[in-house]
Amino acid sequence: MALGAFFARLKEGLARSTQKITESINAIFKKRRLDDAALEELEDILVSADLGAAVAAHIIGNFRRTRFGKEVTDEEIRETLASEIAAILEPVAQPLVIERSHKPHVVLVVGVNGTGKTTTIGKLAQQYRESGLIPMLVAGDTFRAAAVEQLQIWGQRTQAEVITAPQNADAAGLAFDGLTRAQAAGADVLLIDTAGRLHNKATLMEELRKIMRVLKKKDPTAPHSVLLVLDATTGQNAIQQVKVFKEMVDVTGLIVTKLDGSARGGIVVALAEIFSIPIHAVGVGEQAGDLRPFDARDFARSLVGAA
Amino acid sequence: MFETLSEKLSGVFDKLRRRGALSENDVTEALREIRLALLDADVALEVVRDFTANIRERAIGAEVTKSVTPGQQMVKIVHDVLVESLGGEGAVSINLNAPAPIALLMVGLQGSGKTTTSGKIALRLKDKQRKKVLLASLDTQRPAAQLQLQQLAERAGVACLPIIMGQSPVEIARRAMETGRREVFDIVILDTAGRLAIDQVLMDEVKAIRDATRPIETLLVVDAMTGQDAVNTAREFNQQIGVTGIVLTRMDGDARGGAALSMRAITGAPIKLVGSGEKLDALEDFHPERVASRILGMGDIVSLVERAAETIDQAEAEKLAAKMAKGTFDLADYANQLKQIAKMGSLSGILGMLPGVGKLKARMGDANLDGAILKRQAAIISSMTPKERRTPDILKASRKKRIAAGSGTSVQEVNKLLKQFDDMSTMMKRMQKMGQKGLLRQGLGALMPKGIMPGASGRRLF
Ligand SMILES: Nc1nc2c(ncn2[C@@H]2O[C@H](COP(=O)(O)OP(=O)(O)OP(=O)(O)O)[C@@H](O)[C@H]2O)c(=O)[nH]1
Ligand SMILES: [Mg+2]
Repeated sequence: MALGAFFARLKEGLARSTQKITESINAIFKKRRLDDAALEELEDILVSADLGAAVAAHIIGNFRRTRFGKEVTDEEIRETLASEIAAILEPVAQPLVIERSHKPHVVLVVGVNGTGKTTTIGKLAQQYRESGLIPMLVAGDTFRAAAVEQLQIWGQRTQAEVITAPQNADAAGLAFDGLTRAQAAGADVLLIDTAGRLHNKATLMEELRKIMRVLKKKDPTAPHSVLLVLDATTGQNAIQQVKVFKEMVDVTGLIVTKLDGSARGGIVVALAEIFSIPIHAVGVGEQAGDLRPFDARDFARSLVGAA
Repeated sequence: MFETLSEKLSGVFDKLRRRGALSENDVTEALREIRLALLDADVALEVVRDFTANIRERAIGAEVTKSVTPGQQMVKIVHDVLVESLGGEGAVSINLNAPAPIALLMVGLQGSGKTTTSGKIALRLKDKQRKKVLLASLDTQRPAAQLQLQQLAERAGVACLPIIMGQSPVEIARRAMETGRREVFDIVILDTAGRLAIDQVLMDEVKAIRDATRPIETLLVVDAMTGQDAVNTAREFNQQIGVTGIVLTRMDGDARGGAALSMRAITGAPIKLVGSGEKLDALEDFHPERVASRILGMGDIVSLVERAAETIDQAEAEKLAAKMAKGTFDLADYANQLKQIAKMGSLSGILGMLPGVGKLKARMGDANLDGAILKRQAAIISSMTPKERRTPDILKASRKKRIAAGSGTSVQEVNKLLKQFDDMSTMMKRMQKMGQKGLLRQGLGALMPKGIMPGASGRRLF
């Protein structure tokens, strides 16, 4: 896709979610003094975007130190606020790099229920296919009804082979088989789907660890990436999700989905501050092409509705 | 990670001595903390604003019950308003008051749990209400979604509308209702594809489905982990298609669930059901009291306050507190305290109500916290002479034997009680050192002398 068209789509995806925020900032600032009331309103806007009360207060605090009492236009406000947020996000905006030498680079995809794991795997498979890599998929959700069939359809869409096991089969065993077959077939990337699970369910988290252990038996360096898929509508609980998944399975990066909706995913700012965990990509729709790299500046600007 | 609201409020009110009524300044300071706590719990900002305004009105001038602190009183007010805002006491069930076949329409964002919830409701209506239920998936969007519902229907033992590929959601909806009429189903549950509230094409589609099926219930299925966006979703779905009830899913997670309050406030629709697991029977009625406590991140301190106000003899309680403070608390006082505690109900229940005690309780094991032990201890103390109660140090072997015989217990048990009283005195000294603030901050766990934890030495506190 041409770069221009690409940005157009990204913007379109994010535009809707930022419309409201733009309106509210517009409503506050024609050109006015950055006083306590104005700062409070700005803080509220950040809170409404799910940055969380603490992070919002912190960002506005910085803002207050440098700009308090100045006459400002809404444009200036947005730009400065966006830079402030982009500065937090820039260090974590890192693409997911696939090492061809691993043959295959093993990607374990985890997250709570319904966040978009399976769809994201479909999107990634599409991307890798387009860039000339050979992806292979493992239907590691052996628990949820029709989860296997769902991934199989993604396999067809992206011409990727899907390794499956019967319902309720041991997911770790299946992952092991998957890796064995991917090695034999010379696949470049092995994308392992897992059943959605709440991070506070110890036995289910233990199952994930088992998958990790079993993979290492076959390739001590695997999995090479552990992706946590996070739904942009999630509020403060995302912090707990990242914390626990990181502790249990060494999450290496995040993918944030559903940014095509009205939720702005501001929680990632808090996540960046607390965990410094890489954010690789964002999901902006349900189709195979709806995955975008995570760009700190664009994301920050969209968050505050900068043009 | 976050301090709970009850802890924060205790902090705020620590500075204040008991003053009878809550002043405007007290309340304002508390409201700041309440606002933050609600935001941490993911209650949407605009809902938080209305809510705190409501609290302000209610709290200023409110009398503080003698046996609780102003912080606790404030928590109770917040909790009460929360319960009201969440729908008041008791659960609201699904409306089935219409001629068969009754259509239930399930709507919501992608991944909120509509399909699983459809299966759960089908199972519940079939088992608990002996209804003949038809499940129909109108989700032509997500790969294998129709198959998922079909498999769930099999598991639940209810019928599923046969899948015909290529039909539009509205066509499937019509076919479902026809099948419902023809085959005399009581209820037809229509599971729709997840959609974003800002996706006008898909919102129009669900409007058409609604018009074609005239559902008696349109249930908005919402993830309990939802953040600030809850208001946008709730408002759009409600304005565009009319929501009659809300189902809150993934309440088995550890999200505070503030979205419940946002959703309810924006739609005015009752929260009818709660999803609490992945299995089909993990569906529960909605209890506002429980969710209120959860949003506030506290144990059930409210019930504690209520029960304390009802049962504890205030004068007696204050006398005991004064003695503790002075360090003149003796076995007679202990017996007195046991009586008060016994009046309030089971110890494990009480411990569960205190913030920060959940873990402690789990470690101690419920078995050791029953009332029988309290009664035996009371009996032991009542077999002592007043002098023995005041100065337990004089209790040597012969006296202990007499007491054991008199109370129908053993010397061992007498020893255990004495040891415990000893531990308790130690505890009180620590309490004095920490002050009330420390106690509320760190919870009861901080008071435990090292050896007293069962894991460490096998000895029990109670
Ligand atoms: N609008 C939008 N929908 C998405 C996006 N990503 C996923 N979805 C939708 O979200 C729903 C859930 O996605 P899945 O991929 O099944 O999620 P999952 O995490 O695999 O779910 P479980 O396996 O059930 O835990 C589906 O309806 C997807 O189409 C996105 O970026 N935008
Ligand atoms: Mg999945």
